[in-house]
Amino acid sequence: MAATELKIVSNATCTFCGCVCDDMELTVEGNHITKAKNACVLGKAWFLNHHIEERPIATIHGQPASLDDALEAAARILANARYPIVYGLSDTTCEAQRVAVAIADRIGGCVDTTTSVCHGPSGMAFQGVGEVTCTLGEVKNRADLVLFWGSNPAESHPRHWSRYSTMPKGLFVPNGRKDRTVVLVDVRRSKSAPAADIFLQIKPRKDFEALWALRALVKGVEPEASIEEETGLSLEQLRDLAHRMKTCKFGVLFFGMGLSMTRGKHLNVEAALALARDLNEFTRFYAKPMRGHGNVTGADNVVSWSTGYPFGVNLGRGYPRFNPGEFTTADTLARGEADAALIIASDPMGNFSQPAREHLASIPYVALDPKETATTRGATVAFTTATYGINTPGTVYRMDDVPIPLRPAFESPYPSDEQILSALERRIRELQQHRANGAGH
Amino acid sequence: MPELFVLIPGRTARQGTTLNEGKFTAGYVEETSTVLMCPDDMKRLGLTPGDRVRLRNEQGEVELACQAAKDGELQPGLLFLPYGDASSRLMGGETHGTGMPTSKGFEVELERVV
Ligand code: SF4
Repeated sequence: MAATELKIVSNATCTFCGCVCDDMELTVEGNHITKAKNACVLGKAWFLNHHIEERPIATIHGQPASLDDALEAAARILANARYPIVYGLSDTTCEAQRVAVAIADRIGGCVDTTTSVCHGPSGMAFQGVGEVTCTLGEVKNRADLVLFWGSNPAESHPRHWSRYSTMPKGLFVPNGRKDRTVVLVDVRRSKSAPAADIFLQIKPRKDFEALWALRALVKGVEPEASIEEETGLSLEQLRDLAHRMKTCKFGVLFFGMGLSMTRGKHLNVEAALALARDLNEFTRFYAKPMRGHGNVTGADNVVSWSTGYPFGVNLGRGYPRFNPGEFTTADTLARGEADAALIIASDPMGNFSQPAREHLASIPYVALDPKETATTRGATVAFTTATYGINTPGTVYRMDDVPIPLRPAFESPYPSDEQILSALERRIRELQQHRANGAGH
Repeated sequence: MPELFVLIPGRTARQGTTLNEGKFTAGYVEETSTVLMCPDDMKRLGLTPGDRVRLRNEQGEVELACQAAKDGELQPGLLFLPYGDASSRLMGGETHGTGMPTSKGFEVELERVV
């Protein structure tokens, strides 16, 4: 028997988190990645735990099924539904996302992505306030004040600091970390705290108040002394931070789900965006969300350029309507409205609220995932698909909206999400044409 | 007597690495079913690391092991729980018109499991 073929894939892309590091050097032995040079602990876990699992290509009601039978059953579920939803999409390529939107359009359903349960409120805030935006390349080369608010990059985006935001030497910050001031604001003294120059431990659910006080200070208005008791931050600390923000050359505020998931949600984010906007009266200042999943930013882009809105879109009337709280998946499920679902690369049965999970379990749904999850286990029809970035090429967007190509390490025996979705779309179209021709159901 | 705490579910590096091994692996299950508390709160309630506690709110209830957070990591009255099945069981379905259930910083009652 010939020895397993060994190859090196350089400049491969890690899609585990929104940093989308595209400097991976992968050592591939047959169907295994044995080394992932440059990857962080999460990236290593992503690459090294990727085995081709011995799972059926598809299942119907948990029983192994052929691809054709599964496609037929899935197409019928979606074509026959009255209020179907398409959800997930943050861990697949833009090419697959595009087909998923087409399916939602064809079946007149809702299309929503995991954005709605991570930075959906930020998406609403961008519409309200606007976004003063820049790329991570600009941050690397220019930023001398870097703030993280409600985010713990040391554990959720481990290379953000070393690759983009605090450590690298840049054109206008030639000494790297020494030329930058790093501030962390969080309710928890997380593992990111020791690496920051200033750590401000804020009381839970007081982000809006603190951000608004900073807006006042930036404009030269002194907040009332009660702000100290209210937020847990002293006026001294707030004044110092406001001063640093006004006098830096290039400041950036990266905000995490500490803002978007906490009571106030889009209002918390609006406060952060308004603060960044205000600061441009004095200097250059930006605010960017710390996006979680590898291609959640791509999902926002694809859904935006195809429907005009980033998430929570309904296509039931033949034109897109956007309404978070109505067309978003947490709501369409928890309120018991959806009557069928297509779930792509996400696990709502694992991470949604109990009422939402119970409703999903009670309706027919189709799931696509490379791995077995609570969602694929409960699906009426489940497809095993190839993993994006490791097995399939395509495009993903980094958290700063920069598109990055994928360089797969080895082939998978399973089809890609895009292939399954394209076949599904074709079959749904046939069923609809058949029906339109009056040839039965 | 159950006491009111503010729960902050969140990501941890171990939650992320074990997630890649699979959501049904022992590592992921252990990480996502251990709640961190301020050591002062634990002392006050007579809890030692590894003791079982019950978290409850109007959404549901879960039983978890508790561990002491590092000094200064959590202020008294705060709890941290890595994202997973348990944290989702305590999360409500109401999104207040945003699409996002309140998933961080919500209230739960905590009591020791006897
Ligand atoms: S920081 Fe994120 S994208 Fe980069 S290697 Fe780590 S997990 Fe992968």
